[in-house]
Parts: sequence; C-alpha cells; structure tokens
Amino acid sequence: MLRYILKRLLIMCITLWIIVTLTFVLMISIPGSPFNSDQSSNETVQANLEKFYNLDEPYYIQYFQYIKSVILFDFGPSIKQPNQTVNDLLGRGFPISFELGLITIIVAVISGIILGVIAALRHNGFVDYLAMGVAVFGISIPNFILATLLIQQLAVNAEWFPVATWSSPKHMVLPVLALATGPMAIIARLTRSTMLEVLTQDYIKMARAKGLSPWKIIFKHALRNALMPVVTIMGTLLAGILTGTFVIEQIFAIPGMGKYFVESINHRDYPVIMGTTVFYSVFLIMMLFLVDIAYGILDPRIKVHQKEGE
Amino acid sequence: MKYTSKDSIMPSSTNIPDDWFEWEQSDKAQAEKVARPSLSYWNDAWKRLRKNKLAMTGLVFLIILIFLAIFGPILSPYEVNKSDLPNQYQEPSASHWFGTDSHGRDVFTRTWFGARISLFVGLMAALIDVSIGIIYGGIAGYKGGRTDNVMMRIIEILYGLPYLLVVILLLVVLGPSLTTIIVALTVTGWVGMARIVRGQVLQIKNYEFVLASRSFGTKTSRIIRRNLLPNSMGPIIVQMTLTVPSAIFAEAFLSFLGLGIQSPYASWGTMANDSLGAILSGNWWTLFFPAFFISFTMFAFNVLGDGLQDALDPKLRK
Amino acid sequence: MTNILEVEDLHVTFSTYGGTVKAVRGVTFSLKQGETLAIVGESGCGKSVTSNAIMRLIPNPPGKIDKGSIRFKGKDLMHETEKKMRSIRGVDISMIFQDPMTALNPTLTIGSQLMEGLREHHKVSPDKAKRKAIEMMELVGISNPAERLKQYPHQFSGGMRQRIVIAMALICEPELLIADEPTTALDVTIQAQILELFEKIQKVTGVSIILITHDLGVVANIADRIAVMYAGKIIEMGEKRDIFYRPQHPYTKGLLKSVPRLDLDGEKLTPIDGTPPDLFSPPKGCSFYARCPFAMKVCNKVYPVQTNITDSHHVACWLQDERAKQLQATLPIK
Repeated sequence: MLRYILKRLLIMCITLWIIVTLTFVLMISIPGSPFNSDQSSNETVQANLEKFYNLDEPYYIQYFQYIKSVILFDFGPSIKQPNQTVNDLLGRGFPISFELGLITIIVAVISGIILGVIAALRHNGFVDYLAMGVAVFGISIPNFILATLLIQQLAVNAEWFPVATWSSPKHMVLPVLALATGPMAIIARLTRSTMLEVLTQDYIKMARAKGLSPWKIIFKHALRNALMPVVTIMGTLLAGILTGTFVIEQIFAIPGMGKYFVESINHRDYPVIMGTTVFYSVFLIMMLFLVDIAYGILDPRIKVHQKEGE
Repeated sequence: MKYTSKDSIMPSSTNIPDDWFEWEQSDKAQAEKVARPSLSYWNDAWKRLRKNKLAMTGLVFLIILIFLAIFGPILSPYEVNKSDLPNQYQEPSASHWFGTDSHGRDVFTRTWFGARISLFVGLMAALIDVSIGIIYGGIAGYKGGRTDNVMMRIIEILYGLPYLLVVILLLVVLGPSLTTIIVALTVTGWVGMARIVRGQVLQIKNYEFVLASRSFGTKTSRIIRRNLLPNSMGPIIVQMTLTVPSAIFAEAFLSFLGLGIQSPYASWGTMANDSLGAILSGNWWTLFFPAFFISFTMFAFNVLGDGLQDALDPKLRK
Repeated sequence: MTNILEVEDLHVTFSTYGGTVKAVRGVTFSLKQGETLAIVGESGCGKSVTSNAIMRLIPNPPGKIDKGSIRFKGKDLMHETEKKMRSIRGVDISMIFQDPMTALNPTLTIGSQLMEGLREHHKVSPDKAKRKAIEMMELVGISNPAERLKQYPHQFSGGMRQRIVIAMALICEPELLIADEPTTALDVTIQAQILELFEKIQKVTGVSIILITHDLGVVANIADRIAVMYAGKIIEMGEKRDIFYRPQHPYTKGLLKSVPRLDLDGEKLTPIDGTPPDLFSPPKGCSFYARCPFAMKVCNKVYPVQTNITDSHHVACWLQDERAKQLQATLPIK
C-alpha cells in the first residue's frame, strides 16, 4: 500500500510540474508581453507585475522564480483588479465555489446511485426505462442550456426560486440542479450497468443459494462491488463539476472563483488565468490521488497486488 | 424409488408399425449441420443494432442531420452572415422557419452552418484521437514489456491533467479558431483512446488464434492488420461515437467562455451563447434551435454509442 | 432408506430473443438419504438447469419451471413461497458452483462470507458463528483457520477456495448438497483432493450429494448412481456398475468410449460425431437420432419408451424393443 501511495505521489508531482511549466511557457509565448499590450493597466500595476515576474531577467531565472512562487502558493497581482492579488480573489471566490461543488457532488452521487440501483433491480421494467430516460436527458443537455431553461421556467415564469445569487438554501436549488444533473446521469448509468453485471456473478448466485434475503444480497454483496467503477470515475466527474462551476456561477451571478475565472478570460487577465489554472489543477490532481487511495482501501485486491509486485 | 414406466404419456410401443424398426443410415450431414446459420461478426452486430430502437433513432437523426448540414444552407434563400437589422427577432414563420436573431440573420440558415462547424469539430476531434490513440496504444500493447511500461507512465501523467483547463489555457494563448480549437481538444483527448486500444491489443494478442498465426511465421504487420485491428474495432468505434458529443459539448462550453468559434462564423455553441440573454426577453427561438440540436445530437451519439457497445460486445453473442 | 429428494417430470424453459429454449424436458429422478447421484452430460444438456430448478434459483424471467414436481423430504418445493425457500436454501439444501474463483465475493473476507449464512438462518452470536466457521475450515482441511478467516478470496489458491466454498455450503449442516461441476475449473491433482474431501464430508455429515459433471472420470470414484442426460432428458440411469459395465444407450456407450481409461490398454478413444440438437425446436423422436450409429426409422418419429433393465437400471432407447433386438443380427458394420 505504501509503495502504491508513493508511486501515485510521484506521478502526481510530475503532472503538477507539467501544468506549472505549461502555464509558464504559455505566458512567455503570448505575443508581446502579456502585461503591457493595449491593456489600460496603470503604472503601479505594471511595476508590480514586472517585479513579481522578474520580466527583465532571463527566462530560466523567470522560470525558477515562477516555480518558487507557485510552491509558496503566491500567484501575484491581478491586472484588471488593482490592489488585488490572485490569492485575494481565490480566498474570496473559492469557498463559495467549493460549497457549490460539494453540494453538487453529494446530490449527484446519492441520487445517481439510487437511480442506478433501482433501474438495475427493475431491469427492463418501466422504472428502468424512466430512470435511464432521465439519465440520457441529463447526459445530452449541456449544463448552461439546462441552467437557462431552469431560470426561465422555474424562476422567471413560475417564480418558485430566485433567479440568481447564492445567499440562501433556496438560492442554491437551481444552480445545484443545473450542475448536478450531468454527473448524476453518468453515475446512474454506470451504477446500473455495473450492478447488472455484478448481479450475474457467481458470488451473487452463491449468496442466493445460501438463502440470504434480497436486501442483504444487494447491500452486502452487490452494491459494494458495483460502486467500485463509480469510485474510479469520481476524479473525472469532479473535474467536470469544477469546470461546470465556471458556467453556472456566471449564469447565476454567483460570486465564486468560476465567475472570476471567466471574467479573467474575457479580459485576458493573465495572472488570474494562470493562477486559477494552477490552483485548480493542484486541487483536482489531489482529488484524483485521494480517489485512487480510496479505491485501494475499498478493493482488497489492490493492496496485495502491490505487495506481490514488490 | 421405482423409475415408473410412463405409458400414459409415452405412446405405447405396440402401436408402432413393425417396418419402422429398420436401420436407417443416419444422415451425417444433418448431424453436422449447425443449428442456426452463422453470421459474420459485423452482420451479427448490425442485426442486433437494428433491433435497438433507440440507437436506430439516433442513427437516423444523425444521417438526416448530416444531410441537412450539407444541403440545408442551399435550401435557404438567406445568406448566413448577412445582417438585416430591421428584421431582428422575427418569430418563426413561413419566410423564416426558425425566426431571426438579434442581427436579423436567418436562424434556419445559421443552424445548418452551425451544424457543419459543430459536427466538423466533433468528427475531426474523434478522428485525430483515434489516429493517435491507435498508433500509441497499438505500439504500447503490441510491444509490451518496458516499452509498454514507459508509454503507460506517460499516459498516466497526461491523464491527470485537467482536460478542459488545459484546453482553456491553450486557447487563451493560441487564440480561438477552428484549427486551434480542434488542436486544443485533441492535445490531451487522445489519451483515453490510447488506453482503450492498448487494453484491447493486450487482450487479443494473447488469444490463441493470434498465437497460432504467429507460430506460422506470419509477419507482424499482417497480424496487426488481419487480427488485432478488426478484433479491437468494437470498443474503438464505441469510444469514437462517445468522443464526438463530448467534443461538441466542449466546443459549446468554450463558446460560453468566449473561446469558441469566433463570429461571423457560428457553431451551435456560439449561437446558443449569443442568445442566452434573449430567452428572458421572450425570443425563445434564438436559443431553442441551437440548444435543441446540440442536445439532440449529443443524445443521438450517446444512444448510438450505447447501442453499438451492446451490439459489438462479443460476450453478448448467442 | 427413504428418498430425500424426488423430482418428477420437470420441465424448464427459457424465453430468449431467438425463441423458447426447452432446456429441461421431463426429468424424473430421486435421491436416497446419504446417497451420491451423479448427473452426467455434455454442456448445455440441462443438468445445471435441473439443479438450479431444485433450489428454485431459475432466474425468472427469462427462465420458467413449466411443470413437474420437486419434493424434498416429502415437502413440495414447487409451490413454496420465496420466503420459505430462503429458509430452505443453505439450511436444508446447499449448492456449490463450478468456478471457485468467482463464487466468492472478492471484497469480503472469507470469515464474513462463511458466517453470514449461519447468522442469517440461526441467529447465533458472532462468537459462536466464528467457532463454527473455524470448525468448518478444519473439516475441509484448511490449516490455521482462525488467521485465514480474516483474509480475502484472492489470497487463496483455486483448490483452497473450492474448499472454502464447500465449507460455506456445509456450515448450516444441510441434508442435501448440490455440487455443480465442482472440480471442472481445477487442476487434475486438486480435483482428486476435492473429490476425496466430498467422500470425507459425506462420511462425517451423512449429507446426500447430487454431483453435476460432464466428466465420467470424476463420477467413477464417488457416485453411487449415475443419470446420463442428453438434450434436456435423462436417457439412462442406473447404479455406477450398470452404467460403466453394462451401458445400454448408444450415447452412454459413446461417452464411455470417449473417456481415457488406464485399465483398458490399447483401446482407441472414439469421439461422438456431430452436435446435440437445437433445443429451440427439439426433435419429436429420440434426440440422439441424428448422431446415433444405430438409428432406426422409429427413432426419428417417436420418443423411445422407458425400459427397465433391472430395478435400478433404466434406459430410454428403441434398441430395447423386441423388434429391434431381432434386427441385431443385421447390425451394420460400425
């Protein structure tokens, strides 16, 4: 297990290094200086930037300085928002985005698993078709279109929910719904198909031959094995939800990191783009790592496989 | 227990004419005859796909869509990018089937031009992914050993890169255009395909018929062409059908960030994003048509992919 | 001795896309207390379906027990509720599956899988369950049982896993054990050990065994009686000696000729030509007709009448008919 963790850690570090290097290469390859083109930045900002990025030094020094600042978690000043650093923006925006993402993932996982299990148990029945219909819908409709539809139907027309912002649980319903539908659909489909496969396994037949009750068979024997693949796609789903927040926060005017990120792209606020990208990459890669570890704990075969590999 | 004779169900032997008790040369040809006609893999898969109504709906929709993407603009008297401000936000009518947008442009015409671009992005991304994936995954799987090990480590590292963040980063620098979007989508997109191809090749490589053909001294290139590729095609095709909608979605997402196809060209994504606000002012059609076609295309590719997965799965062959 | 199990005229069908498969078409047999009955036949002949039907474990849909009766110790199992069946499964009748690699849940410890049946049915304390589990592990010959209870299936070899599966099946002390190809997935040396284990547990616990196999070699050692199945029907049944030394049905003879034997030196192995009939539309007459070297006109038209060679030896073949016996003189050269 330790060896497994160390191996994953090493790969994680290389991936992070690639991201950091990539952002650096992109920064220096932007035609002209990214910080002084036609942008109407004032002189203090300009001076701050040049100081932070050591723009008068050779590239390799700039590179090492950049890596150093990334390790120290310092992403420098913003161009467009004077007197604000990227860290200020992250500190303000990320907790809100994190809250949105966390609620979304909880909703998506719970409803997706329930939907998938029910569909599998009622295989080829009405409930199965209904659940899979919902799932196909969820996968097909892009979240920004769903968000717009929800606002128009449930907020503007029906006035059940507020149109925008993030101030009370009622405000959270529509953004979470818009963001969770896609991942929920993916989880539901995956749970259903693995559940169906697991239910044909010999150990399920064996459990039935032992005379166990259906509930015990489902929860003790089937679900645990059926959820393994769901755990493996959690990393991808998290990435999807995270990029989804860019769109959803923009549409619902939620003052999270995603909104700042989209604005920084529109204004070509390079330090914010780079800083957020690096920050989110670190976050996601760490999540992937945790998912891997969780998988190793859930599936006893992994541990031993690693031991045998020694 | 006595094994009771069952005269009640069985015909009594005394009723049987004596001349039936003659030797009959049993027809060996009949004995050897396989119970049901055997179908080739692809015939069989097609037969099963045809039974899947949902997948066939998707397939028919896509064929119509491709047809309209090619010929739709010809059917329309309007030019795709010509503004006609006096006629902005016309409701769908006999002259403008899908209405007009904020610049008075005909939504019907723009929808088919958008289809060309969205489908082109999706198909090109899938095609490039497959090409790189087959070469990379094929080499890794076929060579095996150290080569495979190193190549898989590289994949593991790339797999950790957050796909859309990298795409955004690339487009910020390269500037959005049709080419750069496709490039950005495929820079890390091929990794998934390579993994699948490698897995398939590793598995099939060890099948007896491949070992047999090796032991006859068949050339490597021929083994790859005749054995490995045809037998790993199933999952590759499925993965391709699922890559197209995710690329179309990614392009629409990028449009939302202002990193999509730039006007005056329009993909469905840019059309939808330009109209997100319009829906609140009641001009629903400007959003509805591009949104409908994005969603339905993703739906069609997804159900087709599912159907193909079932149809091409050799385990399900009966 | 009394009959512990009586199966009469059992019919099982499966509806598939291609039509209805008549997997079991009128199977009748019985099992005495403490006896081992082997059901032998090639794959697809309906022997596993028969065993699943006894446990009422035919997945429905697509499977369905069309008619017939199954009586366990006089009780009719066909019309029991699912709940009642659950209290019979594992307690009165247990089952072992072919592949020990897949019959154990990979994510649960051996101990938890061993004990769950006991705890489900007898509501015993964890402590008592554990003691019983250790006792069973010892019975099936696993050393250091207390330690090994905490391990996962992948930490055991195939033979060891099959021993665990057997322990699992026996932990509630059932009276009938159905073993579906218990040795097929194992190495030959391990096969012998597992068969010895069956003999041992039968001696210790007195359990009756139905052994399902396609391998006559396996049967030779431990079966008391043998039923030969072909295309969903039992075509010959008798004491082990009857089947091995006085087989009557051409199919049984064919099976015996295709088993390698050490005692008959120099004898050639002869395969049975052809393939079994399509069970979507089973033939009206004898299902072996198309492959039978002694086929007569009647064989294709009417299913053969049951002939009782002795009290315990029965065969369904037209060659037993008096008129056919007159033909023996003109036997075609085979």
